[in-house]
Amino acid sequence: MIAEAGLACLWLAAALSLLQLLAGGFSLAGKGAQLAPVIRPVAILQGLLVTAAFVLLIWLFLRTDLSVKLVAMNSHSAKPFLYKFAGTWGNHEGSMLLWVTIMGLSGSCIALLEKRLRSDTMIATLAAQAFVSIGFYAFLLFSSNPFERLPSPAPEGQGLNPLLQDPGLAFHPPTLYIGYVGLSVAFSFAVGALITRNVGPVFARAMRPWVLGAWIFLTLGITAGSYWAYYELGWGGWWFWDPVENASLMPWLAATALLHSVSVLATRGALRTWTIMLAVVAFSMSMVGTFLVRSGILTSVHAFAVDPERGSFILALLAIYIGGSLVLFAVRASTVREGTKFNYFSREGALVMNNVLLTAILGIVLIGTLYPLLTEAMGTKVSVGPPYFNPVGAIFALPMLLVMAAGPILRWRGDSGRRLVNLLALPALATAVTLLLVIIFGGSIGILPLLGLVLAVGLAIASVIPLFGRNLLRTPLSIWGMVIAHLGIAVALFGMASESAFNQEVLVASNVGDTHEVGPYTLTLNAIDPVAGPNWTALEANITAQVTGSNASEIITPQSRNFTSPTMQTSEAALLTRWNGQLYAVLGEENDDGRWQLRLWWKPFVPFIWYGGLLIGLGGLLALIGRTARDIKRRRYDMQDSDMQGEAA
Amino acid sequence: MRILFCMTLLLGMTGIASAQQSMPPAPYAYQQLDDPAQEAEAKALMETLRCLKCQSQSIADSDAPMAGDMRHQVRTRIAAGDDPEAVRAWLVERYGDWVSYAPSVSAMTWPLWAAPLALLVLAVFLMRGRFRRSNAQGSANAQDGEQG
Amino acid sequence: MTSWKLWLPFALFLAFFGLVASGLLSPSDQTIESKMIGKPLPAFDLPPAVTDRPALSAADFATGEPKLLNIFASWCVPCIAEAPHLQALADAGATINGVAIRDKPEDIAAFLARNGNPYTKIGADNLSSVQLEIGSSGVPETFVVDGKGVITYQHIGDIRASDVPLLLEKLEEAQ
Repeated sequence: MIAEAGLACLWLAAALSLLQLLAGGFSLAGKGAQLAPVIRPVAILQGLLVTAAFVLLIWLFLRTDLSVKLVAMNSHSAKPFLYKFAGTWGNHEGSMLLWVTIMGLSGSCIALLEKRLRSDTMIATLAAQAFVSIGFYAFLLFSSNPFERLPSPAPEGQGLNPLLQDPGLAFHPPTLYIGYVGLSVAFSFAVGALITRNVGPVFARAMRPWVLGAWIFLTLGITAGSYWAYYELGWGGWWFWDPVENASLMPWLAATALLHSVSVLATRGALRTWTIMLAVVAFSMSMVGTFLVRSGILTSVHAFAVDPERGSFILALLAIYIGGSLVLFAVRASTVREGTKFNYFSREGALVMNNVLLTAILGIVLIGTLYPLLTEAMGTKVSVGPPYFNPVGAIFALPMLLVMAAGPILRWRGDSGRRLVNLLALPALATAVTLLLVIIFGGSIGILPLLGLVLAVGLAIASVIPLFGRNLLRTPLSIWGMVIAHLGIAVALFGMASESAFNQEVLVASNVGDTHEVGPYTLTLNAIDPVAGPNWTALEANITAQVTGSNASEIITPQSRNFTSPTMQTSEAALLTRWNGQLYAVLGEENDDGRWQLRLWWKPFVPFIWYGGLLIGLGGLLALIGRTARDIKRRRYDMQDSDMQGEAA
Repeated sequence: MRILFCMTLLLGMTGIASAQQSMPPAPYAYQQLDDPAQEAEAKALMETLRCLKCQSQSIADSDAPMAGDMRHQVRTRIAAGDDPEAVRAWLVERYGDWVSYAPSVSAMTWPLWAAPLALLVLAVFLMRGRFRRSNAQGSANAQDGEQG
Repeated sequence: MTSWKLWLPFALFLAFFGLVASGLLSPSDQTIESKMIGKPLPAFDLPPAVTDRPALSAADFATGEPKLLNIFASWCVPCIAEAPHLQALADAGATINGVAIRDKPEDIAAFLARNGNPYTKIGADNLSSVQLEIGSSGVPETFVVDGKGVITYQHIGDIRASDVPLLLEKLEEAQ
C-alpha cells in the first residue's frame, strides 16, 4: 500500500497547489479577499504532502519493492544501502518527484518565513510558485508516475548503472536540483513583483537569500559533477563543453549575474527591469537545461531514458512559464522605473559590466550548445566543442576577470581613479612577475593557459584587498563571503590553467616489475591482483609511487572493475593528491604479450579547480548567513523600507 | 559525463564486449609517439575530434575500440609528418564537419563565429544607457581601471 | 525604455522555441553518413581474413561490375541478424566483398561456418583503416561500389529483409 499512499499524497499536493493558485488569483483580482488567509497554510501543507510522497518513494526503494515498476527498472536487491537510497532519484521519475518536493518545501518556507514583502506581492509570489508546481505535478501524474505498479512483481530488479554507484554522483543531481528549484523561487518572486508592480529594494532583499542559496547549490553541484567526471571516467578530463555540462553551467552563469544585480537593486534601488529579466532568464536556463538533458534532442545521450514525449511535456511547460513571463515582462516592465544612472567608476558600474559580460558568456554557451540543432534542421551536422567555447568564451571572460579585480575595491556611487590605481598596483605587479616567471620557466604553453595563470595570481591578490585595513573580526560576513568567493574563482582558474599548461601524460604497456616516470614520481608496477566488492569483481594494480630521488613512497591501487547487475566494466582511477598536484593512474587492458596498459598522469595543481569551487560555495554560504542575520536584525529594529547603504555586493 | 551515456548504450552489448577485447588494440591507440612535440600535436588534435561510436566524447578520452583505431590513424599520420589540420581535413572529408569539434567557417557556421561580435555590440548598447554621461572624465578613468 | 526592446526577449524565446520544437518533431537520427558517396574508393590492400577466401584490395572493385562492400565482424550481433539477407543478396547474383573489422581469423571462420558465407573476397581490417577511409562509422554497414570503383550508396546498420530489393536496385543503378 506504500505506493498507493504515495500516489494519493501526490494527487492531494497537486490539488492543493491548484487551490493555492486559484485562491491567489481570485484574491489578487479583488474577488475573494476572504481567500487570502488560506494561501499560506495551503502552501505549507502542500509542501508537507509532497515531501511525504517522496519519503514513501524512498521507502519503496529501500525495501526494493519489485512490484513497483520504477524500483524494478532501477534498483536491485543486492545493491549497497546508500545506492538503494540514492537510486530513488537516479532516474527520471524519481528525480522529477525530488524536484517538486524541493519546490513544495521552498513554497512552505516562503509561506512560513517571508514577512517583509507587501501582502499582495506575497500572494502573487505564492500563486506563481503554485502555477509552476502544477505543471510539474501534471508532468509526474500524467506522464511519469513514479508509483506505477507492475501487473506482476518482477523477480529481480535491473539495477542501477554502476557509474552512478558512486558517493559523489549519488548527491550530485539533488544538489543541482536544489539549485534549479531555488531559481524557480526567484522566478516566482520576480513574477509576483511584476504583477503587483512592486519591484524595489525590499523585493530584492526578499529574493536575495533564494538566489544566493540556489547559487551555492549550483556551484557545489557543478563542482561535484566535474570532479566525478574527472576521477570516474578514467581519462582525467574535468570539462568538455558537453551539452549536459553546459546545461548545468548556463543556470549558474545566469544565477551569478542575478546575484550581483540583486545587490545593486537592494543597495541602490536600480537595475530593476534588468534584475527581473535575469530572474526569468535564470529559471529559463534551469528549464532549458532540464529539457536538453531529458529530451535527448542533442546528441549527448544522457543516462536518463530519453523520451520525446517527456521532452514535449517539458517543452510545453517551458513555453507556458517562460513565454508567459516574458510576455508579462514586455507588458509590465515599461511601468518599472529602472532607477538612477551610474558612474562608470563605481561599485555598481563594475557590477553592471560584470552582469553584461556574464550574460554574454551565457549567450555564447547557449548559442554554441544549440547551434548543432540549427544546422541539423538545415541538413548539415556540425559539432561545437572546446575549440569554439574556449577562445570565444575568453573574449568575455578575460575582461570580466579585470572587472572582478577592480569591482570590490570601488566604492558605491563613485570613486576616484587614483585610489583604484594605487590599490591595484600590487596585483598588477604580481601579474607581471608571474608572467615573467612563466615565460622563463614554463616552456611553451598556449596563450589561454598563460593568461589564465597570470590573471589568476593577480585576481587572487586583488580579491583580498577589500580586507586591507579592516578589523578582520569585525568585518561583516558578507564581505568575507565576497572575498572568499572571488578568491575561489582565482583558485579554480589557476587549477584549470595549470592543468592545461603543465599536464604530463604517460601511456605505457608495463610488465610487472617495470618502473615508469611521470612528473615528480617514479612508479613501479608490483603486481596485478584480483579483488572483490559487494556487487563487483576487479583486477587491481599494486603500484609503488615514489617521489623521484627520495625514499618517501606510497602504494596506489587503480582497478578495472566488472560490475554484475547490470554487467558493466568501469575503471577506478587511483589518485594521489599532493599540495602541488595530483598523480592519476588508470589500469587498462592486458596486452597479448602479458603486459598491462597503464595510463599515468601528473596534473600540477589540478585539485585547485575543485578547491576553488568549494571556496566559491563557502563564500556564498558566509554571505547568505551574514545577509540573513542582518535582515533579521534589520527587521527587528526598523521595518521601514529603506535605501540603506549595503556594505558589499 | 559523456562516458556515462555511451556506457548505457553499450550495456545492451556486453556480450560482445569480451569478444571485441580479444583483439589487441591498434598499436598507437594506447601508445604515445616517441617525439614529445609530435605527441603533443597529436594529443591536441585528438581532443578536438569526435568519437564515432560514443557520440559525445572526443577520441582522446574514449575507450571505444573505434576511437582507439582513430587515435592510431591520427598518431601514425602525425608521425609521418602530416600537419594536424591536414589530418582533420582527411577525417572531415570522410565524415563531414560532424567529426571535428572545431567548426570550420562556412556558409552554415559563420553566424556562430559572428555571435561574439553581435553580443559585444549588444553589450555596449545595453551598458551605454546605464551610465551617466555628465562626467566626461568618468569614461577615461574607467578604461584606466580596466587595464589595472 | 521603448516597448519594442521589452519584446525582444520574448522574440528570442520564440526563436528558441521554434528551433527546439522542430528538433523535437524531427528527431535527429544518430547515424553519421559517409561523405565518400560519389567518390572513388580510396586505395587499400587488405590481407586475407580467412584461408578459403582471397584477400581484398580497392582494385578488386574496379572490374566493370558493381559490387557490395560489407563491413562486418564476428563479434557484432546485428551481423548475425543480417547474414541470411546477405545470403539472399548473393543468391540474387550480387557480388559481396567483406571487410572484417578487428577480428581474429579463427573467430571469422567460426562465424562464417555458423551463419553462412556469402562473400567472394574478405579482407582483414584490424585497424579499421579501410572503415575510416570510406567514412563508415559502425558495424555492420554495406556500400554499393560501381564498376569503376566509385561508391554510390551506403546502407547503415544491419540489412533487413525489406532492404534486399533496395540494395539490388542500387546495384542495378550502379551498372
